[in-house]
Amino acid sequence: MKSGSNLERLLEKGEFVVTGELGPPKGPDVEVVKKKGAMLKGNVDAVNITDNQTAIVRMSSIATSKILIEEGLEPTMQMVARDRNRLAMMSDLFGAYALGIRNMLCLSGDHQSFGSHPEAKNVFDIDSIQMIYMVKTMTDEHKVICGDEIEGDFKMFIGAASNPFADPFQYRVHRLAKKIEAGVDFIQTQCIYDMKRFKEFMKQVVDMGLHEKCKILAGVTPLKSVGMARYMAANVSGIIIPEEMIDRLKGAGKGNVAAEGIKILCEQIQELRGIKGIAGIHLMAIEWEHKVPEIVEMAGLLPRPTL
Amino acid sequence: MITADRKPFEEIKESIKDYEKIMVLGCETCVAVCQAGGEKEAEILASELRLAFGNEGKKIEVNDELVVRQCDDEFMGDPEFLKKVKEADVILSIACGVGVQHACNYFNRVITDKPIRVIPGLNTTFMGANIDVGLWEERCLGCGDCVLEKTGGICPIARCAKSLLNGPCGGSSNGKCEINKDTDCAWHLIIERLEALGELERIKPVEMYKDWRPSHSGGPRKRVREDLRL
Repeated sequence: MKSGSNLERLLEKGEFVVTGELGPPKGPDVEVVKKKGAMLKGNVDAVNITDNQTAIVRMSSIATSKILIEEGLEPTMQMVARDRNRLAMMSDLFGAYALGIRNMLCLSGDHQSFGSHPEAKNVFDIDSIQMIYMVKTMTDEHKVICGDEIEGDFKMFIGAASNPFADPFQYRVHRLAKKIEAGVDFIQTQCIYDMKRFKEFMKQVVDMGLHEKCKILAGVTPLKSVGMARYMAANVSGIIIPEEMIDRLKGAGKGNVAAEGIKILCEQIQELRGIKGIAGIHLMAIEWEHKVPEIVEMAGLLPRPTL
Repeated sequence: MITADRKPFEEIKESIKDYEKIMVLGCETCVAVCQAGGEKEAEILASELRLAFGNEGKKIEVNDELVVRQCDDEFMGDPEFLKKVKEADVILSIACGVGVQHACNYFNRVITDKPIRVIPGLNTTFMGANIDVGLWEERCLGCGDCVLEKTGGICPIARCAKSLLNGPCGGSSNGKCEINKDTDCAWHLIIERLEALGELERIKPVEMYKDWRPSHSGGPRKRVREDLRL
């Protein structure tokens, strides 16, 4: 056991976990966080708190995580390499631990050119794989990068992302292996729509025995509309949405598209549960948190296990 | 080479509007090759300025001069040239940022009875290569600790938008970078090259934290060769 978080203990126990996602508000509005948190409570095992996602300024991941803890949820604090150098990362990690945060996710971060302040200077002092190694060293050896001892306890359950749909495809599994070598405990994948490609990826994962070295959660996002599906396929890095899925949404007819999107999602979850090496689902219901209770219910993921 | 682009004409015009005697100073090295600040460009800019101010009825004298390299004392000591420098109200240098600063430093060292004003006519962009006719691309950030032997001769520091040492990130799609579809994913190129060389194993181990001290992060850099110093 590392950090002893709810997420870690459930995964250790072999439970099929469900993690959710919460995007902090574009300002210090605590009520937004509480409202979104209430929709997720009891429906997921831990909640990712994004860190200035798509490079748009929002309430900090660390503060939002703390509010969620107070609301009785378990956060997974995301941290991107874009906005912080190694000093800021380690200092924020100390703060995060002191505030009760026990899961974190190491990410490169979307380039700032996508976001609200494209004129900003980025940092990228260390990359996401080096970040994993840094947190692993802090957790296992109780030392910061320079070798100095950490004062007081520090333990994190370390997560990272994997995108099986980015290119070059044949290299993707090796990048996952590098994250494992660096010390990652769990992986959440990019949103899966192209099941064929995902199964090919998972076959490589299982053939290399990587699923035994870290827990892999399959990322899913419900498609709310045909427009959203088209937008994501065209604009979101590393998302592939098969044309037949878009046709199925279109075929649902006016007023029924969202329900069809949820139906597709539940079928996907069932299919993912059957894939060897999948330890859970990472449900990213972006600005659709109020649908989470319905989705997890329909997908047969309730009740969530307690320890 | 160092590449540069001419500043917008209006910006240049605004920057010299308070002076009467202007010397446009070209540089015959990098910026001449990338056709931003060589002899031809100095002549063109000088005539454009004469024409623009002339149309406004403003009294102005614009001359153009050229030195081989504005970043080196060796090419700027001609007494006739220095006389003209001294006579000018402003030197509009169309060298790179190094040339502008060095010319300013040099002129003020050798001309001691009058401060010499040097201002830039170019925006210096990057250290890059001439890829095709009219096309230059960034290739080096001068990080002071070259990793090209590990990455198939393709630099992840300069050519990956996130300078990742363990790429590619999740934004790599069809060989292109997430920032735009005109930019190659450096890590896609690295993987292809290493695969062709049969050296893909090179990037399988985790590449550890980079020491940025030899780069600009360590502060402004200086290079000393004791054996060459007098």
